[in-house]
Amino acid sequence: MARGLFAESGADLQLVGIRKEFPGFTAVEQLDLTVPAGTFFALLGPSGCGKTTTLRLVAGLEEPTSGRILLGGRDVTDTKPHRRPVNTVFQSYALFPHMTVLENVAFGLRRRGIDDPLGKARSALRLVELDALADRKPAQLSGGQQQRVALARAVVNRPALLLLDEPLGALDLKLRRQMQLELKSIQSEVGLTFVHVTHDQEEAMTMADTVAVMNRGRIEQIGSPEEVYELPRTAFVANFLGQSNLFPAVVREAGDDAVGADVAGHRILVPRSRAQRTEGTITLGVRPEKLLLLTEEPTPIAGINVLGPGRVTDVSFSGVSTQYLVEVPGAGTVIVFAQNLVFGPVVEPGADVWLSWRVEHGFGLADAPRGSALQQAHEALVGGAET
Amino acid sequence: MSGQNQAGLVLGQETGAELGEPPRRPRRWGLGAGRWLLPAYCALALAFLLVPIVYTIAFSFNDSVRTNIAWRGFTLDNWLNVCDEPGVCEAFGNSLLIGVVATGIATVLGTMIALALARYRFRFRSGTNLLLFLPMATPEVVIGAGLAAQFLTAGVPKGIGTIIVAHAMFCLSFVVVTVKARVASLDPALEDAGRDLYGSPGQVFWRVTFPLLLPGILAAALLSFSLSFDDFIITYFNSGPVNTLPTYIYTAATRGIPAEANVLSSAVFLLAIAVVLIGQVGAQARRKRLGIATR
Amino acid sequence: MALPAFAGASAPATGRGGAARRSGRVALLLLLPGIAYLLLFFLAPLLSLVMTSLQSPSETVFGQYDFTFNWANYLQVVGQYGEQIGRSFLYALLATVFALLFSYPLAYFLGVNLRGRPILQSLLLVLVVAPFFISFLLRTAAWKQILSDEGLVVSTLKALALLGPQDHLTGTPIAVVFGLTYNFIPFMCLPLFTTLERLDLRVVEAGRDLYGGPFTTFRTVTLPLSMPGIVSGTLLTFIPAAGDYVNASSQFLGGTSSTMVGNVIQSNFLVQLNYPAAAALSILLMATILVIVGVYVRRSGTEDLL
Repeated sequence: MARGLFAESGADLQLVGIRKEFPGFTAVEQLDLTVPAGTFFALLGPSGCGKTTTLRLVAGLEEPTSGRILLGGRDVTDTKPHRRPVNTVFQSYALFPHMTVLENVAFGLRRRGIDDPLGKARSALRLVELDALADRKPAQLSGGQQQRVALARAVVNRPALLLLDEPLGALDLKLRRQMQLELKSIQSEVGLTFVHVTHDQEEAMTMADTVAVMNRGRIEQIGSPEEVYELPRTAFVANFLGQSNLFPAVVREAGDDAVGADVAGHRILVPRSRAQRTEGTITLGVRPEKLLLLTEEPTPIAGINVLGPGRVTDVSFSGVSTQYLVEVPGAGTVIVFAQNLVFGPVVEPGADVWLSWRVEHGFGLADAPRGSALQQAHEALVGGAET
Repeated sequence: MSGQNQAGLVLGQETGAELGEPPRRPRRWGLGAGRWLLPAYCALALAFLLVPIVYTIAFSFNDSVRTNIAWRGFTLDNWLNVCDEPGVCEAFGNSLLIGVVATGIATVLGTMIALALARYRFRFRSGTNLLLFLPMATPEVVIGAGLAAQFLTAGVPKGIGTIIVAHAMFCLSFVVVTVKARVASLDPALEDAGRDLYGSPGQVFWRVTFPLLLPGILAAALLSFSLSFDDFIITYFNSGPVNTLPTYIYTAATRGIPAEANVLSSAVFLLAIAVVLIGQVGAQARRKRLGIATR
Repeated sequence: MALPAFAGASAPATGRGGAARRSGRVALLLLLPGIAYLLLFFLAPLLSLVMTSLQSPSETVFGQYDFTFNWANYLQVVGQYGEQIGRSFLYALLATVFALLFSYPLAYFLGVNLRGRPILQSLLLVLVVAPFFISFLLRTAAWKQILSDEGLVVSTLKALALLGPQDHLTGTPIAVVFGLTYNFIPFMCLPLFTTLERLDLRVVEAGRDLYGGPFTTFRTVTLPLSMPGIVSGTLLTFIPAAGDYVNASSQFLGGTSSTMVGNVIQSNFLVQLNYPAAAALSILLMATILVIVGVYVRRSGTEDLL
C-alpha cells in the first residue's frame, strides 16, 4: 500500500575530502566516500570516532572545515539543512514533546507546503503500524514506538537520503533485533538510500549492504559485511568487527601464492593475496572460530598451519559454542571458539593442546593494535629486525 | 575471578558472625518515636509559617473603626466596600499596572539573554553572567538608593515610570535564571530535528523552541510579577508621590493599617494560591496519566 | 515557582548543536537590549552612587552637594554608624542560621520522605511558599500585633516568667531577628528542597552499607551533597536580611536599640536628604556583602553556582 507513496528512489551520496575541526580537536580527518543510490550503508565505529559528526555534516547540521558533499551529483555543501532532501532519525528520536504523533510526522510536510500533510502522515504511520496511536503525545509511547514514529517522521518526506544516528541504541536487545529486521524491510520497500551510524558491529553486519569501519576520524575499511569480516585490512578492523587472534610475525619467505612467516618459532603460511605486507615484520591474524583444537600433535599437512603446544587456561561455555583460552609460549593467549558438537568441554584447563587452521583462513596485517602488548612486541621485533 | 570474589565475600560475612557482631540492618528515619518526630515537626513548622497569613486574612473581616488592631467582630463591609478607604484602591491599581508592565519588559529582555547565554559562545560571557548575578547579590536598599541618586542627578521626576524602570531591572536577572534553566534542559536535538524537517530558523524558533520554553517563560513572568507586586524597599526610594500597595501600607503603618489593605492582599493571596494549586495538581494529574499510559 | 534555578548546579550551557552555531550577530542582538538595560539602570546607578558618596555640601547653595573626592564621608559614616553596620551583619547572620536550622528538616521531609507522594509533596510545598503571596509588610505587621504587649505570646511568656513584667518583645533585637528569620524562610527552604529532592538515595544507602551510622552518614554523605542548596539558601537569606530595614523600623518590629544599616540609609536619603552619607553607607554595605559572599562561596567550594 505504501508503495505509491514512496515511489521516489534514493540518490547517491558522495563525500569528497571532508575534514571537520572543532575547537581543540579534529572530528573527521580526511573522508572520501561514495554511497550508491538505494543501498543500506552502515558507518561503524567506536564512540568518538567521528561517525556522528559525519552524519551531521551530511544532514547540514554542521559545516565541514573543508571538502564537498554531493547528493545525486549536486553540490549541497553550502545548502542549509532545511533545504536539503535529507532526513535524520536522531539517536534520542527528538520527537517534539508538545505535538501529537500525527503532528510530529506531518511537521516536515507542512514546512514544505505539501498537499494533504495529515493524510500522508497517516499513511506513513500505517507503514510503521502505529496509525492507531496517531493522537497520542510522544511521552505516552514506549521506546520502540517512539523509534518507529521517528522513522515515519523522516521517511514520510521521501528524502533522497535517510540518515539513522544509532536509532536502536536505546532499545533492549530483543526489540533491537526486531527493529533491525523492520528497518531493513522498510528500506527495501521504500527504496531509499539509508546511511546508518552505529557502534554495534553485529547490527551493522546484519542490516547493511556495505559497511565502512571508522576510527579516529578516518575510514579504515569499506566493503560488504562478509568481505570486511573475513579479510580485515587493519588490526583495528580485525578487533572491532568480531574478535581476532593476532600474532607478531617476521616474514622469512615470500612465494608467489603464499608468504611464510615465523611466529614464536613456528612456520605459519598466509596467502599472498590476503597479506597487506609481504616483508619484514607483520601481524598474522586468524578468527577464533576458524581454529581447531587438537589434543595430540598433528602430522604436518600442506595447507594447514599448526601452532603449539599450548596450555588451556580457561574454558567458558556460552550455549552454542565454548570459548577456550590457550596460552602458547611466545605467541600469547589464543582464543578458540568451538561448536558444541558433544556434551561438555573437549578439554579441561591445564591440558596441552595444538591449534590448527587452514592457510586460506589466515590474514596478514601491516600494523598492530594500538597500545597492546602485541604492538610493543611488534615494535621490539621491528627494532630487532633492523639491528 | 568473580567466583573468587564471591567466596571472599561469603568468608567475610562468616568471620563477622563469628566475632559476634550484630547484623547491620539499615535503620530508617522512621523507627519508634523517630517515625513521628519529623512529620510532627514539619506540621508545626508549616503551621508557624501560616500564622501571620491567617491573622491577615482574619483581620480583613474585622469590624474595625480607625485602627485594625483589636478584634471587634466579624463583618463583610471591608470586602464589599474596599475602595471606600481613600487611596488604597488607587495604590492597588498602580501596583497591578507596574507589575504587568515591568514583568513584560523583564520577561522579553530576560528571555532573549537566556537564549543567548544558553545557546551561544561569546567573548563577554563571564562578564555578562557577573552583570546578571550582581543585582541578585545587591541589597535592595543599595539598588533603590543608586537608582534614586541617578534619577536625582539626571533630573528625572519620580513616579510610575521610575518605579517600572526599577522593577524591570531587578526582575530581569530572575527571569534570565529561570528561563536559562529551561533552555538548558531543552534537548538541542529537537531544534536539529526541526531544521532537518525543513523548518527555517524562524519556523524552528516559533514552532519548536518557543512552545517548549513557554512553561519556563510563564514561570519567570509569574515570579517577576510577584516580586514586583510585593516590592517595597526599591519602590519606596523611587516612587515620589505615587503609592503602590506596599508603600501605602508602609505609610499607613504609623497610624494603623486599614482593613481594606488586608482585604486586597488576602484576595491576591487566595487568587495566587488557587492558580498555583491548580497548576501543581494539573501537572501531577498529567504526569500520572502519562505514567499509566506508558505502563 | 520562585528561584528553583538559583539552586541547581547549572547545566552545561551548550549542547553539540549549540557549540557549532556561529552566528555571533544573533547572540549580540539577543543580548544587547537586556545588557544595555542593566548597564543603564544597574551599573550606572551604582557608579552614580559612588560619585554621590564622594560629594560634600555645597558652599554656595544650601542643600546642594558638589563632587569633591570627599573620602572622609566613608570615615565619617563608619564612625557615626559603625554600631548599626555591625548589628546588621550580626542580625543577618543570626537570621540565616536560624532559618537554616528551621528549614533543613522541613526541606528534607518534603524532598526525601515525601518522594513517593507527589501530590502531598506539592501541596505542602505550596504552603512553604505561601508567605510569598501575601504582602511582606502585612506579614510583618501581623507579627507586630501578635507579639505586642497585649498579645497572647507576651502574656504566655510572662505567665511562664520567661519575660519580666516590664519586658516587651516588639522593639527588641529578639523581635527583629525573629522577623528577619520568618520573612526569609521560604528563600532558604526552596533551594534546600530543590537539592534534597534530587539527592540520590542510593548514595546514602551506600553510606549505610559501608558501615556509617545514621549520624555519620548524614554528616559525611547527605550534608555535603546538599551543600549547593545550603549555599544558595544562605545567600538568598543573608543578602536581603543584611540590607533590610522594614523589620527593624519602629513602625514594625524594631526600636531605637535595634536600628540596622538599611534604616540609616533610608533616613539619610529620604528624610535628612544627606545623600553622600547614604551613598557611602550603601557602597560600604554592598562591598562588604560582596567580600563575604566571595569568601563564603569559595570556601564552600561551590563557585560554579554563580
